[in-house]
Amino acid sequence: MALPSYTETRYRIWHYIYLSICTFVFFFLIAPLFVIFPLSFNAEEFLVFSEGMKNLDPDAFSLRWYKDMIYGTKNPWGLAAKNSFIIAIFATIGSIILGTLAALGLSSRHMPYKGLIMATLISPMIVPLIISGVAIFFFMAKAGLAATHTGIVLAHIILGTPFVVITVTATLSGFDHSVTRAAASLGSNPVNTFMKITLPLILPGVISGGLFAFVTSFDEVVVVLFLAGLENTTIPIQMWTGLREQLSPTILAVATCLILLSTLILISAELLRRRSERLRGINR
Amino acid sequence: MSSETKQILTTDGIPLEVSLKKAEKKNKIKAFLLVAPLLLFLVITYIFPIGDMFMRSVDDKMITNMLPKTFKAMEKWENLEELPPEEVYRSFYEDYKLLAENQQHGKLGQRLNKEKNGFNTITKKLFRQIKRNKIDESVSIKEQINKLHKRWRNVEYWLAIKRTAPPYTVAKYLKGMDMYFDSDGSITQVEEDRRIHRILWLRTLEIAFFVTLFSFFMGYPIAHLLATLPMKYSNLLMICVLLPFWTSLLVRTASWMILLQQQGLVNDFFVMIGLVGDDNRPEMMYNKVGTYVAMTQILLPFMVLPLYSVMKTISPSLMRAGKSLGGTPFVAFWKVYFPLTIPGIGAGCLLVFILAIGYYITPALVGGASGTLISNQIAFHMKTTLDWSFASAMGLMLLTGVLVIYWIYNKLVGVDNIKLG
Repeated sequence: MALPSYTETRYRIWHYIYLSICTFVFFFLIAPLFVIFPLSFNAEEFLVFSEGMKNLDPDAFSLRWYKDMIYGTKNPWGLAAKNSFIIAIFATIGSIILGTLAALGLSSRHMPYKGLIMATLISPMIVPLIISGVAIFFFMAKAGLAATHTGIVLAHIILGTPFVVITVTATLSGFDHSVTRAAASLGSNPVNTFMKITLPLILPGVISGGLFAFVTSFDEVVVVLFLAGLENTTIPIQMWTGLREQLSPTILAVATCLILLSTLILISAELLRRRSERLRGINR
Repeated sequence: MSSETKQILTTDGIPLEVSLKKAEKKNKIKAFLLVAPLLLFLVITYIFPIGDMFMRSVDDKMITNMLPKTFKAMEKWENLEELPPEEVYRSFYEDYKLLAENQQHGKLGQRLNKEKNGFNTITKKLFRQIKRNKIDESVSIKEQINKLHKRWRNVEYWLAIKRTAPPYTVAKYLKGMDMYFDSDGSITQVEEDRRIHRILWLRTLEIAFFVTLFSFFMGYPIAHLLATLPMKYSNLLMICVLLPFWTSLLVRTASWMILLQQQGLVNDFFVMIGLVGDDNRPEMMYNKVGTYVAMTQILLPFMVLPLYSVMKTISPSLMRAGKSLGGTPFVAFWKVYFPLTIPGIGAGCLLVFILAIGYYITPALVGGASGTLISNQIAFHMKTTLDWSFASAMGLMLLTGVLVIYWIYNKLVGVDNIKLG
């Protein structure tokens, strides 16, 4: 943003103050994530930058914490990662199916009590997690699903569907309903129309909602803490226990992997958003 | 034109109006059936359990079930100034004897002691008498019990039992506000040095408020920059907002724990610029500072994204028009640009406030004792003291607050306008 040459000095000063504030805030947002990378390669057990690291001495860096993460006998990271992925994948599938169906119904102009139903469907996103945790725990305990994978998957479907509902509803808001009517007039049945016409068009919204649901499940710790037994431990639970007891470099190795995963998810979400905008003919 | 002659018919001979209504109704049912699976699922697994929380929070059936005959007999106790009639004594004796046989009498004593101090002693005394078979059931029980202790002759104690009769109580809610029912049944505040919950509520509000404020002052400039920069630069900078947004909450909390520790980089930096001495590094974690810093960074994307999506729709020519009409850049900003961003400000602030008020993980890890919030207290009662009804009561108090804010949010921006990413 170059300033025009006629700008007065005081506005020029203001402009630079504004830019430096912005720089600071961007730094504040992103910098903490980058502290984790170098420290996870620390050869020592301390969570501070050693003299060797500051001098870029190759001996000060090592992969021992990554080895510990994968092969460490005391670390249940393998089990946690397996559980996390299984739970997140099933929760995502459940959220996508229930959420997409609901979004299709909600975007119909015939839908009665739209506001109230929308508010109910979105509520797990708004209600503080601790309350959701208590309520879901009471249900799962009564249903005999506490400390089971099924229980956690169901809980994460509850928490994940609002994101799918929101993203798919947003995609459907720009949806041209005449294409489905055209398909119907050409003799296609509703299921066929949905699979061949509607779904491909709203797919970017569905997938990005699914990504939100996946991340929600994969990161979720409050509700899982109420529900999980020893068998159902997940990555967030292990991180939480580790951070409470003692911050070990192995946690930083795990954190680095998680940051890489979120970078991947961010890239896919961005690509999907652009594709969706292109498909819906929104050009910015 | 009479409607009979001009009525339009469909090909099957049914009036169009009827046919249309039928089709509309069919569409309505179709739409509803699509929503039904999720709605049903949420109602069963989520909405009902929240109702269950409410039932638990007011439940006081334990004592009602322990003294069924007593409460029945007490219905006939009319003159509350005087001791209850023989029948009440006898029913109480029978109920108590049954409890004693099932080893439940201790629970009753404790529960009654909460209602009025000194109950534990006199119920124990009664228990010993029953154990030794010293009570003669053929003569007046009233006289025998009254002889045991002078407190049994005090009508206050019998009134206390009567007060516990209703199966529902709001005592847990009062406890959440540091109040209780005193011996004559009126609502009293606990002593000043024991009002822990009020401190927590105020601290939760304070932290949520300041985190919202900080997020606003940090989020507004960068949202503005992102919205006004050319696309190719803003896309790159947007990553700075979106990457933290997608990154695990625990990872971000961990990085703040590393940064803010006493030997951490932030303190290193302060020592380097000479702000503090090396031997005198301030404690920045396990207190409010840590909570503020970490929560602001974690919630900032939720402020920036709604602001950005509103600012993106404001045409830059409006600012130029304001300036060309003689406004200084400040006036043009304040009178033209700022008012247009108010919907975004409302959305961002309410979103951050709602999220902050229910925060749990970050305060528990970096907050220490002075940074804990009401959510931590709820978790504590769920997991440690196992006082689930109290945890439910506090959860519902928090929920009420959040729903009020949600309602305002809905009025101001509408839930369907929430934008993600």
